[in-house]
Parts: sequence; C-alpha cells; structure tokens
Amino acid sequence: MAFVLTPEQPVAEWLTQLDKWIRSSPGFFVGRPVVLNLAGVTLSESAVAHVVAELAERGVRVMGIEGVEPSKYGPALPPVLTGGRPADEDKGAAPAAAANEAPPSRQEPSSLVLQEPIRSGQSVIFPYGDVTVLGSVSSGAELVAGGSIHIYGALRGRAMAGSKSNPRARIFCRKNEAELLAIDGYYRTAEDMHADLRGRPVQVWLENASLVIAAME
Amino acid sequence: MGKVLVVTSGKGGVGKTTSTAALGVALAQAGQTVVVVDFDVGLRNLDLVMGAERRVVFDLVNVVQGVAKLPQALIRDKRIEKLWLLPASQTRDKDALTEQGVANVIRDLRAKFDWVICDSPAGIERGATLAMRFADTAVIVTNPEVSSVRDSDRIIGLLDSKTEKAEKGQRVDKHILITRYDAARAARGEMLNIDDVLEILAIPLLGIIPESEEILRASNLGSPVTIGNPASAPARAYVAAACRLRGEEVPMIVPSERKGLLDKLFGRRAA
Repeated sequence: MAFVLTPEQPVAEWLTQLDKWIRSSPGFFVGRPVVLNLAGVTLSESAVAHVVAELAERGVRVMGIEGVEPSKYGPALPPVLTGGRPADEDKGAAPAAAANEAPPSRQEPSSLVLQEPIRSGQSVIFPYGDVTVLGSVSSGAELVAGGSIHIYGALRGRAMAGSKSNPRARIFCRKNEAELLAIDGYYRTAEDMHADLRGRPVQVWLENASLVIAAME
Repeated sequence: MGKVLVVTSGKGGVGKTTSTAALGVALAQAGQTVVVVDFDVGLRNLDLVMGAERRVVFDLVNVVQGVAKLPQALIRDKRIEKLWLLPASQTRDKDALTEQGVANVIRDLRAKFDWVICDSPAGIERGATLAMRFADTAVIVTNPEVSSVRDSDRIIGLLDSKTEKAEKGQRVDKHILITRYDAARAARGEMLNIDDVLEILAIPLLGIIPESEEILRASNLGSPVTIGNPASAPARAYVAAACRLRGEEVPMIVPSERKGLLDKLFGRRAA
C-alpha cells in the first residue's frame, strides 16, 4: 500500500517538518512506496524534480504523482497516477499520518461441509471455520481447519483443528484410527494414543496446553 | 460409441495387466468388440500376457506421434476375432505420450470398438494419469492388504480429480476388483477381509479373484486365464466380473478355502 505525501508551499518548510518526522520515526519510509500529491501546490517541472530529489536523499522513494493533470510533467519525473483512489486531502501542517491502507476485513465465521470421503493424498485446508465430513478420512489424507472438525465416519488420516490460534476448537469422529490429531498446534501421533481410544467414537480438545482425547457415549 | 474402461491400481504387481487381458477376453467372448491398450510405455507386458509379443510392429507411441496409422498398430487376437491389442512401446518412455495424441487415439478407438480397455501402469505420475484421463469407467485392482488398499484409495482420489469427466463435474464409474484373495490367510488374519477393504474404499465391488497358480501359468503361456483354463476359479470369477461390467446382476461368490467334493475326487486338472 502506497503512502501519500502532500507537500505544501513553501516547500522548504515542509521538507524541514518532514525531517523532524523522519528523525522521530526513523525507518518509517524504508521500503515503503510513496505517492506525491501535488494538488495543494503549484510547482514547475524542475521544482517537482527538486522535491523528488530531496526526498530521495532522505530515503523516500517516490513511485508516482497524483493531483495534477497527467500531461503536465515529462517522462523524467515519476508517473502521474490515474484511476487510483483519491488521497486523503489533509491540509494540516504535518504530512498525512494515516496510511491509505484499508482496515483488515473481518472474516465472518463460516463452515465447510464435505459430502464425500476424503481420499488418501488429499489435503483440505479451511482456515475460516469448522469442517464437517460426511464420510471417512483415509490414511494419508489431511484436514486443516481454523475451527472444529467433525467427521461422521472413520478418521484414519490427520486432523488439525484450531489452526488459526483457536485453542477452543475440537475434533469429533465416529471411529478414531487417526494418524495424528492436533489443536492449535499441539499434536499427538497415533503412537502416543491409548489403545482403548482407538476404534471408538472420540472427542478431542485442549486443556492447559495439553490434548485431551475422550471416548464418546 | 464405445466405453472407455481404465484398469488401474496405484500399487504395482496387483494384477492390472492380468485383469485387463482376462476381462477383455471375457467381454469379447460375450460378443462385444474389445481393444485392450497398453499404457505402460517402456515396461510393456500386455503383449506378453496376450501371447502377441512376436507380432508387434507398431505401437501406441508410433500412433500418437503420427509415425503409423491406428490400423497398422492394432493386432488382432488369433483365438478371438472380436479382440484386439494396441501394444505399448518398449524402447521409449511415458514422456513420449502427449495428452492431445492420446485423446485422438482414444477418440478413434471409441468409434470402432464397444470397449476400450486401458491397462494403466503403476504409480500416480504421467503414465497413470494419461491412462485414466479419458475414462468413463474404472476398475481399481486391489489386493486385500494394507499397502495396496491405501494406494487404491489414492488412485480413487485421482480418478475424482484428474480425469476429463471429473473436470466437467461428472463422475467416472468406479469399481473395486479384489485380486489374489486367499480365504485361508484372511481367516488367519494375515490378509484383510473383503468387508475391511470395502469399508475403507467405499466403492462398489466388481468381483473377487482368488489367488491361483493358474494365473502364472496363463501369463507364461501367453493365454489369458479366461481362454486357457475357463473352468478354473479365477476364470469364472473374471467372467462374472465382466457380466457385472455390462450391467448384469451376478451373485458374488466369495472364494472359500475348502475344496469342493468334486475337486477332492478328481484333483486339479492340467489345462
């Protein structure tokens, strides 16, 4: 996401303020592409080139210009961006502090229902919520879910629930012959499972960073 | 328009080529026109099992590459006039096959034959995926033991994703053919029993072929068991399986360990 700088006249003063900001937040512009919004100033081509050079000296890379007619400047300057989102026109003294980044969208919880058995070698990855399988999960198959995993059949492969740091996720299956069970990264292999929990309906959950497997009904 | 049947398994050595030959013969004997196609480029065996190894001039790769025309490569069986063979190349390998080339060959064969049976190589790479690519129906050959069952499961997953039918949202009809079934060993728990296999694979059962010395004899003679020894248990099981492929309902016989009275009285007859 590009960051927009909106210079104001007199440019020299604006650059001084920018310097102050860079000193208090060093490294802010490292690797960050910057767009120069020239709508608030009237600059000749050489003046813009001067600003771009001054910014480059401060480690600020200008990747484009906006707020002016596309045909105004020649090819020596960064390109005028068209069709982009309008920048925040912040007329305040300090450069716009808010980055033009969309807030991360909230994922609505959802669930996935699979009506076929999961075959060996198949991998189902669903970070958005629960996964329900109406059938068995074969040896050599794996299921990774952000939420809980419900298997109405035999679990012979791997089931990994709570994959997005969700320690409250659970795993349910009608017949436990799992190769590996995991919740929120805590896992147990078949070798470490009690023999009397194999071949039966089980429920798996996490208690104090430890996997609990219990027979159902 | 013919049906394309792929005989596949994932695991090697379970009986794909043997079953391709035996089923091909059984279908042809029932009056269908059949071509069996060897997709195991570089390791061809179908020509040996069919007894045609001394008559191979052109092969599948030649046809795919346009070096030969299909009628030049097809070999007619000497014993059954409705049965033909398209052999694989022995000198090339699977990279010589192109998808478009195979598509053209399958299309041409479909127009001429009731059944196009594709003998798949083992594995899950190019040879196996090309053999299954244009299939309408699949027979998954499985031995009743754990590694074969797991590999068959993998292949079933591929049949549901890498075939043209799957990509169009349709299904390949899948059937399990259990081969090398030994009732005595199953009873002792050394082999999986039929129900275990079907529970894991969850696909309809086409037939159960018992373990038999007749099979090896048949391969060495170049005479598929359904021709060489039609009264034997495996031959009868293959004929029943072929009937089921054509939609007939035939009661499934689970091979038992005990010899029947007649077998005891007369012993095993030589072919």
